[in-house]
Amino acid sequence: MKKLIAAILACMLVLSMSAALAADKYVIAMDTVFKPFEYTDAEGNFVGIDVDIMKAIAEDQGFEAELKSLGWDAAIAACQAGQADGLIAGASITDERKASGWIFSDGYFTATQCMTVLAGSDIKGFADLSGKMVAVKTGTQGAAYAESLKEANGFDITYFEDSPTMYQAVIGGQCVACFEDTPIMAATIKENALPLEIVEGSENEGAPYGFAVFKAEKQELIDKFNAGLANIKANGKYDEILAKYLD
Amino acid sequence: MLRIIDVYGELLLKAMGQTLLLALCGLFFACILGLIFGLMSVVKNRPCNIIARIFVDAIRGVPMIVLAYFIYFGVPYLLNTIMKIGGVTLTALQAGTACLALNCGAYMAEIIRAGIESVDKGQMEAARSLGMPYWRSMYRVVLPQAIRTMIPSIINQFIITLKDTSILSVIGFPELVNTAKNVLANTFMSFQTWAIVAVMYLVIIQTLSVLAKHLERRLKHGL
Repeated sequence: MKKLIAAILACMLVLSMSAALAADKYVIAMDTVFKPFEYTDAEGNFVGIDVDIMKAIAEDQGFEAELKSLGWDAAIAACQAGQADGLIAGASITDERKASGWIFSDGYFTATQCMTVLAGSDIKGFADLSGKMVAVKTGTQGAAYAESLKEANGFDITYFEDSPTMYQAVIGGQCVACFEDTPIMAATIKENALPLEIVEGSENEGAPYGFAVFKAEKQELIDKFNAGLANIKANGKYDEILAKYLD
Repeated sequence: MLRIIDVYGELLLKAMGQTLLLALCGLFFACILGLIFGLMSVVKNRPCNIIARIFVDAIRGVPMIVLAYFIYFGVPYLLNTIMKIGGVTLTALQAGTACLALNCGAYMAEIIRAGIESVDKGQMEAARSLGMPYWRSMYRVVLPQAIRTMIPSIINQFIITLKDTSILSVIGFPELVNTAKNVLANTFMSFQTWAIVAVMYLVIIQTLSVLAKHLERRLKHGL
């Protein structure tokens, strides 16, 4: 028994040492589908703006980033639990999130949000939403935008877990409109020939997305991210990535 | 944790109410469906048996999340686009109720069938030989005995169905899990939010369990 315990302790010691040696490796948690920020392409590769930016910054700063596509809720939990070091998932930088102990990097992308309706719909503005049901995706800035308009315009909100289900709710008529990031919405409508249209003049001013870590001891990762972001913006790599996904 | 309760407490309580509402609606129709199909599978009538069998097998063979998507999106699509009836929309509550009722109803049908079959055949034969008609023998003699064996399974099924309401968060019904995902997306406080939600479920289900135990005790002494 004593020998067994000793052996286990020795194993743990070796493991913790090897973990310490590989200190320059960070586990980055990500969402599963948030096109075009992260998604799996037709060949089965995990790609997107977040993926490419993270890889470019890791290369620039000389650390290894192990990307884990966990899903939005799980990514948040993984960072809190220490299972992951940071999170990049098209997460907007908000004061409420900062108040919960999260630290955000500089914004790496600013998206505006807009309202989208069925093509040929009677809904021409927010006032037409009175008494109707609106679809949003949980945790997005689109949801926050819709919530900010809810009281004044007297509509109700249904929260869906992913974008395809949200679009389906508008196409199927369960909801009359949805709120989504403008570049994503425009790209999705075009790519899939969805019978949807963005309502003119429905855009807000937008909020920046940030890379996030949960604890102050991960500040060095934020510093590296910010430094790397500045570098890839300066050397043109950043524009290259955006151009690749947002044509 | 306190901040979540402070800011989102009311929202989460409302969601708990929605969970209960959905569960009650679902269970009400599930009992009706379960009774109908349960009886249909024990009566001496081949077509009835077959219909009940198909219902139970079809519903049991499909995961509830698939059923939820199918009812919420598939049914209006079938009616509007394929059958050209037009203008049919389902609210998340209607679709959720239908989904729970079908799913739980299929299991209830099996519980009721097994309960009735657990009563010795001699009971029905004795009642019939005394000149009671079939349905009265069923109602007066067989069912009262069957219910006593069914109660624990039925209560178990109620609890499972209550927890299954969480699956309906995917069609946007604002029950506890759906609301919790919003809270944690806003606050980025994963564990605290799930801990609160877990406690809320525990409270609902404990209440149900205590009520059920009470009911079971009373039924032990006959109906």
